[in-house]
Amino acid sequence: MNYLAPLPVAIPLGVAAVLAGFNKRVPRRVADVLSLLTTVAAGAIALRLMVESRSSPIVYWFGGWVPRHGIAIGISFAIDPIGAGMAAFVCLLVLAAFTFSLRYFDSVGTIFHALMLGFLAAMCGYCLTGDLFNLFVFFELMSAAAFALCGYKIEDGSSQQGALNFAITNTIGAFLVLTGIAMLYSRTGALNMAQIGRSLGRQDDAMVIFAFVLIFCGFYVKAAVFPFHFWLADAHAVAPTPVCILFSGVMVELAVYGVARVYWAIMAGPFAAHRPALMGVLLTMGTLTALVGAVMCFGQKHIKRLLAFSTISHVGLLIIAFALLSPDGLTGAAEYTIGHGLVKAALFIVAGILLYRSGSVDQSQLHGQARDLRWTGVVFFCGGLGLAGMPPFATFLGEHSIETAAIRQGQWWVTIIFFLAGMLTAAAVFRVAGHVFLGRGPKEDGATEGAKDIKEDRETRGGNNDGIPATMFVPALLLVLLAIAVGVIPHLHRQMRVAGFTMADQHSYVARVLDGTQIGDAHPARESGSWAGSLARSLGATGAALALAAFALSSKWPQRKKRPYAIPLRGPLYALRAIHTGHIGDYVVFLTFGVAVVGLSLLLLIRVFGI
Amino acid sequence: MSIFPYLVAAWLFIIGLYGIISSRSFVHIAMCLAVVQSSTYVLLLTIGYRYGAGAPIFASVPPGSPAVDPVVQALMLTDIVVEATLVALLLSLAVQAQKAKGTVDPDKLLELQG
Repeated sequence: MNYLAPLPVAIPLGVAAVLAGFNKRVPRRVADVLSLLTTVAAGAIALRLMVESRSSPIVYWFGGWVPRHGIAIGISFAIDPIGAGMAAFVCLLVLAAFTFSLRYFDSVGTIFHALMLGFLAAMCGYCLTGDLFNLFVFFELMSAAAFALCGYKIEDGSSQQGALNFAITNTIGAFLVLTGIAMLYSRTGALNMAQIGRSLGRQDDAMVIFAFVLIFCGFYVKAAVFPFHFWLADAHAVAPTPVCILFSGVMVELAVYGVARVYWAIMAGPFAAHRPALMGVLLTMGTLTALVGAVMCFGQKHIKRLLAFSTISHVGLLIIAFALLSPDGLTGAAEYTIGHGLVKAALFIVAGILLYRSGSVDQSQLHGQARDLRWTGVVFFCGGLGLAGMPPFATFLGEHSIETAAIRQGQWWVTIIFFLAGMLTAAAVFRVAGHVFLGRGPKEDGATEGAKDIKEDRETRGGNNDGIPATMFVPALLLVLLAIAVGVIPHLHRQMRVAGFTMADQHSYVARVLDGTQIGDAHPARESGSWAGSLARSLGATGAALALAAFALSSKWPQRKKRPYAIPLRGPLYALRAIHTGHIGDYVVFLTFGVAVVGLSLLLLIRVFGI
Repeated sequence: MSIFPYLVAAWLFIIGLYGIISSRSFVHIAMCLAVVQSSTYVLLLTIGYRYGAGAPIFASVPPGSPAVDPVVQALMLTDIVVEATLVALLLSLAVQAQKAKGTVDPDKLLELQG
């Protein structure tokens, strides 16, 4: 099956080049059909690769440069079920985004299709590659396509700020990654991840640690981890909705995947003796990200920005899952990525539907305007349930796996973070649902507090009252149904665990890539975890979210007049809002200090405290 | 290998970041980003450099004669391509900002806050 390996990258790139080359001469509908077919083809191949790689990971050497005597010079794709599964998931969401955009844009050039396909190819390559520099190149290709898509249609209207902030902060992150890669190359003389892992062995001097700090901080800029997260909300506020689906659904999660891949292929050896130190740093980052994102999410009224902050919060949960540095945590992260991606994509599609209808995604301007869109409202509400981690959504499956792994490692408090993040992000969605689809709550006339009024007229004119096209509603419905279906597929969890254990087995990965030999199969031991704890947590979070949303829509909510019970909260909340200035200089200051603090605390923990 | 080139690389990275932080123009920021990126060029070339070694072209020299590492040079070329793309994108966004708002000052383009 080896010859299939490069196709999920090659096919979309080729079609993208053709579409870009014949830009004006290709009719829009031809470009639409061609893009949909390409995405389906790439997705089918990725699925095939996933199935094939279950028995043994697929290693594909470009140009036939296979390693001799365990020394790799060529560039390889090293495909395991999680990598191929992520690629297939990328294709699914791109398919949803293309379907949604069929009727969404009033006019769209084929450049849009070409950029989306380039984005798709880069993300697939990123998932499949086994080469560290290749990972960086696909990461940059992904970024470049994302910047251009974020600024797509920008000449028609308002805000370049979001796209510029996105491009600048993420480019700095990419340079951090490149510097880290250069340091690893200077130490090992290798760029193949398996080769670097084998050469490093268990060396854990300051340079290796610092190289990993640069690599994971660089990737975490894209993953929007606190304190690197500021760009994400700005980018989502200005990016066209189909692009937001991909940003929130897969792009930021892929950055988490990249760090996990680098850790398990290269750094598991050097950090074997320092796992508590790395765990401590990563768990802190994840917790802060989850809480900051959740609080900011509840404070938003611009729906796309609200969903963007919710993404930040849920990425924090993913970071916590990865930070457990155990195969079970990795399994949970993979399950949660799929569940969250499906739900979040559906939520963004609903936001796009509102924008298509009314030309606004501001909660206060949309008060009761979508009362007639009953089923769209149901989808939106179900999305909220998914964010809270309600069974049977796939998010529940993921959260349960992560919690089980965390409790086994003595990190029971993770459950509290999951409760808080799920509750606040779901409450924000329920509040919007009650406000927009049911017309509950006070009707406000003023502009949104904190965030300035953001014009959205450049994507679509709005005012389309003649019903919602099926190409918009059906993808949202299917995504939500799929999120439920993934959560109830029997034995899925067992398959995912095998995949997680395969990815987390450095020795067999290295042997498979460099020597072409297979050392044993991943046979994870039976796990013992009860569903009761997670079930209670998710039901509690959903209940609390509903109560909070009802409270926010009631007259008791402190609107303009001060209520005594709101005073102690005001200071911290306003301080938190105040640091989201929208100014690129401030973002880069946070980024610089963030990297310095992370690097120093990790060095301190390892060198001084000897953890 | 002397430590001097590494110091240059670190200095370029930091001074570029300082430029971005203190900048009043997105065009200037794009140039500062190019400065940050030059730091990676210096770093990559330094890593591959060997004293007394020739260029990695083996047509006219006996096999086994020392040469600098060609891999990092290839990495740097890729890096340059990346930079060209990014700077072009940033500048085109800045041009759009100038057209729409009449300014490229980050302080005056603040529309997304909180």
